[in-house]
Order: sequence, then C-alpha cells, then structure tokens
Amino acid sequence: MRFIVNTRKEQQEMMDSIGIGSIDDLFKDIDEKMILRRSLMLRPSLSEQELVGELTKISSKNADVNSCECFLGAGAYNHFIPSIVPYLTGRSEFYTAYTPYQPEISQGILQAIYEFQTFICQLTGMDLANASMYDGASALAEAAIMASNVSKKREIVISSTIHPEYREVVRTYAEAHGLDVKEVGWQNGATSAEELTKVVSASTAVVLVQNPNFFGIVEDLYEMDRIAHERGALLVACVVEPTSLGLLKPPGECGADIVAGEGQSLGNSISFGGPHLGFIAAKQTFLHKMPGRLVGMTKDTKDRRCFIMTLQAREQHVRREKATSNLCTNQALNALASTVYLAALGKGGFTKLSALNAQKARYLRSRISELKGYEPIFSKPFYNEFVIKCPIDPVKINVRLEENGIIGGFPMRKYYGGLEDGWLLCATERNTKSGMDRFIEVLREVAK
Amino acid sequence: MKLIFELSVQGREGASLPELDIPEQDLGIPTAQLRHDIQLPEVSEVDVIRHYTALSRMNFGVDSGFYPLGSCTMKYNPKVNEAIAALPGFATAHPYQSEWLSQGCLQILHELSRDLAEITGMDAFTLQPSAGAQGELVGLMMAKAYFKKRGERRTKVIVPDSAHGTNPASAAICGYEVLELPSNSRGGVDISELKNKAMDDVAVLMLTNPNTLGLFEDKILEISEIVHEKGGLMYCDGANMNAILGISRPGDMGFDIAHLNLHKTFSTPHGGGGPGSGPVGVKAQLAPFLPKPMIERDGDRYFLNYDRPDSIGRVKAFYGNFAVLVKAYSYIRALGPDGLKEVAHNAVLNANYLMNKLKGAYELPYDRVCKHEFVLSGNKQLAYGVHTMDIAKRLIDYGFHPPTIYFPLIVKEALMIEPTETEGKETLDAFADAMLQIAEEARKDPDLLRAAPQTAPVTRPEALMAARRPNLRWRTPDDG
Repeated sequence: MRFIVNTRKEQQEMMDSIGIGSIDDLFKDIDEKMILRRSLMLRPSLSEQELVGELTKISSKNADVNSCECFLGAGAYNHFIPSIVPYLTGRSEFYTAYTPYQPEISQGILQAIYEFQTFICQLTGMDLANASMYDGASALAEAAIMASNVSKKREIVISSTIHPEYREVVRTYAEAHGLDVKEVGWQNGATSAEELTKVVSASTAVVLVQNPNFFGIVEDLYEMDRIAHERGALLVACVVEPTSLGLLKPPGECGADIVAGEGQSLGNSISFGGPHLGFIAAKQTFLHKMPGRLVGMTKDTKDRRCFIMTLQAREQHVRREKATSNLCTNQALNALASTVYLAALGKGGFTKLSALNAQKARYLRSRISELKGYEPIFSKPFYNEFVIKCPIDPVKINVRLEENGIIGGFPMRKYYGGLEDGWLLCATERNTKSGMDRFIEVLREVAK
Repeated sequence: MKLIFELSVQGREGASLPELDIPEQDLGIPTAQLRHDIQLPEVSEVDVIRHYTALSRMNFGVDSGFYPLGSCTMKYNPKVNEAIAALPGFATAHPYQSEWLSQGCLQILHELSRDLAEITGMDAFTLQPSAGAQGELVGLMMAKAYFKKRGERRTKVIVPDSAHGTNPASAAICGYEVLELPSNSRGGVDISELKNKAMDDVAVLMLTNPNTLGLFEDKILEISEIVHEKGGLMYCDGANMNAILGISRPGDMGFDIAHLNLHKTFSTPHGGGGPGSGPVGVKAQLAPFLPKPMIERDGDRYFLNYDRPDSIGRVKAFYGNFAVLVKAYSYIRALGPDGLKEVAHNAVLNANYLMNKLKGAYELPYDRVCKHEFVLSGNKQLAYGVHTMDIAKRLIDYGFHPPTIYFPLIVKEALMIEPTETEGKETLDAFADAMLQIAEEARKDPDLLRAAPQTAPVTRPEALMAARRPNLRWRTPDDG
C-alpha cells in the first residue's frame, strides 16, 4: 500500500513481538457497536499517474489569473512571485517540519520567523510583531479582542470601509466573545469622520479602520487617530494590501496602536483564497497581550546567538483557558514565503513595486473614464484599486469579459447596497499596458 | 548565523521588476500620507538563496528523519500533493472569480466535505477553519448558537485534564466557563466525576478520542449518553483520527460536532508551524449553524450558498485554506477506503510495537493497548537527576526528532511518542535502540544527557533570558 513502509512479513514479525495474532486484536477495546462493519464509501484508490490525470482535469475547469488578464483584487491580489520564493519554501527541511518546539534543530524556521517579525515591524512602523496569524480577517478579530482585553472595555467600532468578509469575521468572534460591534458609515469612499465622532465614546475599546480601505482609498489615519484617542479608544489599522506600505506612511507613524493585516500579497499564491497569512504588530506596551507565537533572540550555552519561541506564558498550551488566544498553529510557511519575498525585493524593489501598482491603477482608471457611462465614484486618493460606476450591471460585464479571457472586477452589490452599479477594479505590476488597453477595447464593445 | 539584515549592502537588488510601460502620473496622494523611508535590507538573489538554504539546513523535517512528535501525526507528506496544489488552475484561481470559472475548485471542496462526512460519520462539514484550534472555536460557536436558538442558557464546557490546551482556551474565547474533568486510573474519563459535573448548565463536553494518552475512550457511548441526557452536546477533538480511519467513526460514538486536522491525519505538510486546516463536521441538527458560505451542488453545477440565516457567520475571508484542502483531497483519492484503513492499522501496529520495546526501560503509566501513540514517563530516570527534557535533547544527538514532551499534563515527565504508519520496522528498531541506550546513559553518565544536544547547530538556548529581556526584532544601528 502507498506510503506504508512495512511489508506483510514485517507486520507479522511486529505482531509476534507484541504477542497478538492479528491487527484487529489492537482494536478490541472499541465496543462492537462502534466498529464500522463496512468499507468507507469512498472512491477506490488511484495510482499516482491516475491521480495526477484526474486532478489536472478538475483543475482545468477553473480559470486562473495566470492565463487570463486579471483586474480583480478585493482582498486577494495578483502579484508576481519570484521563482526563489517557492524554491526556498519547497525546501523539505522547512515545509515538512512542525512548530519549532525543539529549538536546537529548528533554528532555520525560528530565525526566519524572527526576520519575518522584523520585516512586519519595518513595513508597519510598529515596535513588535508576532509569528503570523491564520489570515488578515482573523488577525483583525484577534486585534479587536486584544484591544478589548487591554482597555477592559467591550465595545468595538468598525468602519464599513473594511473588507466586508473581515467585518463578518470580527462580528463572529465578537459574538462569541460577548463584545458589541458598532459600524460607522462612509463618505466619498472614506470612513465618515463625522459619524465616527458621534459613535466613538468613553466606552469604546477600539476603532478599526482599513488602509487602503476596501474601496482602495487611502484613509486619513491621522484623523482616525485623533478621534479615537481623544475619547480614550485604541486604534487598529488593518492592512489588506501590504504592498501599499512601500508608498504610504506606515500606520505606526499615524498613531495606530495595533496593526492587523494580510500578507498574501507578499509572495503567496492566491490559491482560491488560502492559505494566506495574517499578521499582528503592536506598540511595545502590548507585548504581554499579544496573541500567537513570538520568537525571540537569545544565546545558547556556548554563548552563540540563537532563537527560541518565547513569552509562552501567554499561550494556550501553558495558560489553557487563561491564554490571550487559542492560537496554536500559525502560518509559518506562508510567513517564510513573505520573508523571502521581502528580502528579495528589498528596499529598492519594494518601493518600486508600490509605485508600479499605483501608476498602473491610475492608467487604468484614466482609460476607463474615457468610456461612455463609466466613471469613478470617488475622488479621494487611492492606491491600486478604485470603484467605477458602470452603465450596465457589473456582473453582466464580467460574463462578457470572461468570454474574452479577462477576469473583471468585484461587483460591489454583493456587499454594498447603494453601490449596485459599482465595480471594484484592481491593477498591479502584472497588468501591462497592452493588457489594459485590450481590456478597455473589450469594454468598449460590451458597452455598445 | 547572520541575519538577512546584516547582509545588506547599499544598492544591491534581489529581484527585477518591469519598467513602467505607461506615462507616469502624479499620484495625487497628499505628502503627509506618503512614506519617506523604508527599512528593508538590500541583498542580491544569490545572497537570499544562500541565506535561506543555510537556514533550512538548520531545520529538521519529516524528510530529514524520524519525527515521532506525539499528537502531531508527523507522517510523510506525499510529493505528488505538492505538485497538484501548484497546478495553475488551483494555485492561481481567484476566490472572487465567477462560480462558473471556479467549478473545479468548488468540486474539490464539495467532494472533500462529503468524503470527510463519510469518514467521520457526520452529516455536514465546513472547510473554512484554518487549523484545529479555529475548528474548535467554530464548533463551540455553533453550540452556542444552537442553544441560543433553543432558548437555553448554558454557560459551561467540560474539558478533561488530559486535553490539548487549545480546548479550554477555545472555550474561554467563546465565553464559556471551563470545568476540568479528572482522568481515572485507566487514563479515561472518570464517569462518576462526569456525572457530578454534567448538569443542565453544561453546553458541551470536549473530548479527544483516542485521547492524548493514545488510549481509546472505551466508555464513550456511556459518556455520550450522560451528556445527552442533560441536553448537552458532545464535541470530538479529532486530532487523533489517524488511529481509527475506516474502523470507527466519531459520529457513531455519539459525537455531535467533530473537527479534523488535515495536516495530521490527511498528510498535508505542517509547514514549520502552519498552514494547517481544521474542518468541522456536525450532525444534522447543527448544520444550519455552520459558517457561510456552504458549497452546494445543483445538478452538474457547484455553487456557493450564502443564504444561511442561522449561520454563525465567518471565521475566515473566502472559503478555507484551499491549497491545503486540495492536498487532503488528493490523499484521500490516492488511498481510497482500503488505504485509509491500512493507515490506521499500521499507525496502531507501529505504536504498540514501539511501546512494547520501551516499556521496560521507561515507566509506562497506562499499560494497555494503545492506539496511534503512547505516553511514557521519565520518572525512572529522575532518580539519576535526568529529566525528560534531557532525554529529548539526547535523542537529537542520535539523529531523531524528540517526541512531544511534558504533555499531557497528567503524566509526570511525559514523553508522548507517535511513530505514524509511514515508518518502517527498522526505523522503529533504531529509535528503540537509541531510547534504550539513553536509558543506560541516564544511569551511567547523566551529564551526557544534561549537556545534550552536542551535534545540533546550537546547544540549548537560554530561555529565561529570552523571556526576561525579549528581543523580538532586529534594529539596525541607526534605528536607535
């Protein structure tokens, strides 16, 4: 049988050694009533050749952003991944290991996580970061819980310009944790400062805003910082598109107490929505309230620099029900991918990448605005996404684009009443001039 | 080893980006919102490759050698699954591309849910949770929603003292009070204690079966009955499903909710600590509360159903750790029903074989047939001033990854050993020889153990210093 090493003869030797007549003897402690008296109703086994054939066939039923021109972002971004990223994450010493419980033989992943934590601090302008979270959405929810634990207040104020699925996750966690969630509306595509001023009060634990927000717009974090902190609330900035941080002022310099975000853009494949990775970065004062793993630098007994999981007294395997979170596994391999990605791009490359994204998006927005019936809905500054008002239903436009091998934008009506004809488009460094021009030509045909 | 930041040389570049092929525009972002500087290293592609290759050589994975880390099921990760998950139709499919263009992905998700339901004896599955701990959270949230809908106020969750730490932590995050249930002398649930605790205010009993001692909870039907009689729900932490694949199913033991760890039982790589995947299955009465969307089928068409008024909502953006789910799907398709049963047979045979070889030299606190793993105690070695930690570190010198240690908490100086089915007899023999040798060394030369490991890239790290003066990030000299 595949992946099982022992032959029948070896199995027999082992049974003899234990003193049993058959393997079934090892299952005699299971009551007859619970023994499955039939085979599992699953399809029969496949050889490797058959398996690859079958799965390739299934995979080819999907479109993908590699073979299509893609203008879809909305929380999962089509960035180029340098070959060295999968090459290095494919080193079996990394991907077939588990959580570094034994630091002496896990220095590789431990040091890589320490470097990851540093990278996240550098990008966000914060003091400390953890070893990664499941994804951006749960990172935001955990950041909200963390802020509530720090402030001992139970009200969360969330901007409606945060990714709708992130808001759902925050609500799900908040419901379980007994926190109240108040939502604040938007104005010209950005969080309404006016409404925020009214909603945030002395009983507010934390204000959650996304930057750039779901509409692609750059929020005025300074203003959010002022409104939140004047009323004694903390500010969590959520970053869903971290390549923006090569261009935009880091949240840490705008007054954010905690930054929660998604790292998919940094070297991780889209993979139909996962696995990606979340991150949490915070000010130094929140060190002992951080969820998840933290890796620290220390020395070994021979005084050599080494790394270790630290401050574990916060964690579930030590504190059980008193832990800061129930996190056990994080997304180490995805964090490694992001670490390699950021190292490869480096200072110059990352800055250039951000600029490319912003420029491409502006070109696309200008070109599409030339078309009759298409116009940008918001006028505020944006990064690599923007919302366009369409002359016909964006869902219908997407169908027509698909016929031309183009993946269109995100129809806003899925989550935003009042923006029924809104279409969220994204351009990245992967969108070429010729690809964007072709998109415009197809759109022109569709509009006819 | 230097850090990547220490390799930085001003002006070096490690990646090439395309030149701007369009006219440059003013960005229209106010200067106050723009970044003036970013602290990232400047290294070449070769620097990056050498650095992380060197780091990888300081790491031990399943492909490096035997990795009997109890409760983690460190089985071999079939390479074909990596190749399949990397197919462009999977790896670069966008979660928001139309359903019409996503039929392959949706088919995988739909069929995997169905297969997992069959394997566990549950009625419906969500694939959304990113790991077992998130699965627990989802399970408890559903229980909470279920009781709320029924107008029942239940505030407590019972967790055995042998449980994974995530169980009580998940219950606490979900707002439940945790009642700890002591184990009996056979390593199972103490039935009379359970009867005392299982009252009308108990929402859920969380149980791992086989439990963390590697023992099958043989009173499980009685336990389920006690909990159900009081109106409570039974939750199965399915971390140890590897032992009973195709033999017995949580759904047939009285469990109402069960999570699986695909990175354990279903061979997806652990990734150095994730990504994992923790799907949750439920019996029909809890299905309305599953997270949304659900992947459903209408004739030949698969679709995402968001219309679920009683759903707890979401715990993740999009639909789950898809690439991990594809690997688990491939694994199930490769093995089929007979192969999965063979997995359980061999996992349990390997564990019992090893347990029998070691139980003389080491104390075996619960001496009965085990399932996929067993727990020894380093108690005998304590007499020589040697701790389980020292035994574990000495194993590194012998070329093995140590077992899980100091867990479960109810066994003093615990060594939790899970060989898995993907190891052969000669590996088990070699490991047993090393363990027996170490038992000898503990008696004759305890210092050897206390100074171990000596063959690893580093010796034991200073844990206390790391916690007292945490250094969690690098700062360049000009950072201050």
